[in-house]
Amino acid sequence: MTTSLPTADTSTEMVEDDSPRPGTLRLLLRNPVSLAGALVLLLVVLAAVLGPTLAPYGANDTDVTRALQGPSGTHWFGTDDLGRDQFSRVLVAARVSMEVALVSVGISLVVGVGVGLVSGYLGGVTDGVLMRVVDVLFAFPVLLLALAIVAVLGPGLSSAMIAIGVVYTPIFARVARASTLSVRNEPYVQASRTMGTGNAYVVWHHVLPNISGPVIVQTSLSLAFAILSEAALSFLGLGVQPPRPSWGRMLFDAQDFVGVAWWMSVFPGLAILLTTLAFNLVGDGLGQVLDPKRRTALAAQAGGRR
Amino acid sequence: MSSTSGPLTGSTATTVDERSRLQRLARHPVTHFVLVRGVLHTAVVLLGVMVVTFGLILLVPGDPVRIALGTRYSPETYEALRAASGLDRPLAVQLGSYIGHAVTGDLGVSFRSGEPVTALLLQRLPATASLAFAGVVVGLLLAIPAGVYSALREGRVADAVIRVTSQVGVSVPDFWMGILLITLFSSTLGWLPSSGYTPFSEDPAGWLRNLTLPAVTVGLVAGSIMTRYVRSAVLEVLGSGWVRTARSKGLPQQQVLRRHVLRNAVVPVVTIVGIQMATLLGGVVVVEVVFAWPGLGRLTYEAVAARDYPVIQGAVLLMGALFLLINLLVDVLYAVVDPRIRQR
Repeated sequence: MTTSLPTADTSTEMVEDDSPRPGTLRLLLRNPVSLAGALVLLLVVLAAVLGPTLAPYGANDTDVTRALQGPSGTHWFGTDDLGRDQFSRVLVAARVSMEVALVSVGISLVVGVGVGLVSGYLGGVTDGVLMRVVDVLFAFPVLLLALAIVAVLGPGLSSAMIAIGVVYTPIFARVARASTLSVRNEPYVQASRTMGTGNAYVVWHHVLPNISGPVIVQTSLSLAFAILSEAALSFLGLGVQPPRPSWGRMLFDAQDFVGVAWWMSVFPGLAILLTTLAFNLVGDGLGQVLDPKRRTALAAQAGGRR
Repeated sequence: MSSTSGPLTGSTATTVDERSRLQRLARHPVTHFVLVRGVLHTAVVLLGVMVVTFGLILLVPGDPVRIALGTRYSPETYEALRAASGLDRPLAVQLGSYIGHAVTGDLGVSFRSGEPVTALLLQRLPATASLAFAGVVVGLLLAIPAGVYSALREGRVADAVIRVTSQVGVSVPDFWMGILLITLFSSTLGWLPSSGYTPFSEDPAGWLRNLTLPAVTVGLVAGSIMTRYVRSAVLEVLGSGWVRTARSKGLPQQQVLRRHVLRNAVVPVVTIVGIQMATLLGGVVVVEVVFAWPGLGRLTYEAVAARDYPVIQGAVLLMGALFLLINLLVDVLYAVVDPRIRQR
């Protein structure tokens, strides 16, 4: 995606009046809701990168004398039945959640956008066949299909990544295809084709940069769903495997202490909720900012307030 | 249209008119076209769905029968199970016979219990269907008032609050919501049971008591999603020409809302209800596990733990097929109800 961005400036002479890159971020952060989402996201990324160093206790350090203590100054999120510090575990688990989300959405992004581009650009029989395949994948309930894939590949981190990746591929294919269809007949694409430019070049330099908006939005929203799916799979014992801490598994363990230790279920769940929410809010904000019609309105507002 | 004829001819005339109009539409060639095309498309995709569910078992590293049997089994059991599952035949023959059997409702036998998979699935379907249906009902009770109000107050504080709340609802892991509700209403207050299922035919009150918490869990998330759709459906109608006309001829706000806005917003909302229902049928897996709800989701979960591949395949196939059928139904209904679709 990063390679396609510089070309956007050269290929679209008509939008030179608003500078694409810094403007988008500024417009996004101008919206208080998106700003809040972005800040939470920043925190989660920090936790994912620095989690193990920031954690006050080891994620798997047990101390039975301190078991099932409520939140306090020494244990912010309390301790579990083995006396493990819940705050440290929530912090450390951020990394694995982000890992699974990024890898799986990476898979769906590359495969889905590839299929969507080819399908939308070539049209005809190729389009018909590819879209029927997408329809087939789309028919399966997301979590059930992921469950079946994990059952087949065996539980574990890489199975979860592949399963979630497969499950969200059709959405990317549809988004990319729909945008490609609308871009395909634009004058700059037609002109380039008339000049005899190869299909691969046209797709890479003209189509891809111009469908990046909806794809970026879908990426953010899919990351939110991927976090939820990973948590669900880990909850069922099919995703992240112990002893590595994960939010989903922590919730599973908390079920045995529902009336006894509310903090065991509240904090890991909050972590999932906030991360998912942040991705959703940023995705929605991006959707507004990257939509050309709404962008003009937002830019006008921003200009007026300056 | 109905507002001018209403006071003069009364309501009976309009309903008769309405009925004959629907009959005409059902016979309309374009409706037939939508139906035929839809059925063909569904059949093709369904075939693909069968190929995928069949293919799942091919991805199992090693011998699925051996994995299912574990470490202690006799050679006779192994051979019997292998022959029963048809895994000793060539691939193309297997696929052909799988599809042939699936079409007639034969999904093989469970590796674990030896029972027919179809019977197992049908046993569990009512529990899942009632949970999904109750979830959609709870969701609509939330989504319709919230979505309509949000649209009417577009851009105001109330709209922003409802939109952010629905974002939160979409982002909540449903199983966490379930655990929190159990913590509050079962463990702390002791009002409702935390798990279990009573068939409606045995004890309607017990059925409702058991259904409430899982249905609210599912409904809160489904309602958040549907709120967004209701809001945008109402907003779209609010911006239409006929609503402007109705307003400018001086109709009171209440009447505009009831006669012109809500009536027209019903069609897209019905679509969403259909899709939500289809999604929830296969989407309540983890909630079923949390509440020990004896539905298809828990059956699949147990089958995954036991590596009972025919049951997994059957559940995935059934859910895929139901999703396609509900979608087909929604598409056809849509074409019958909305004249604009037929003109395409």
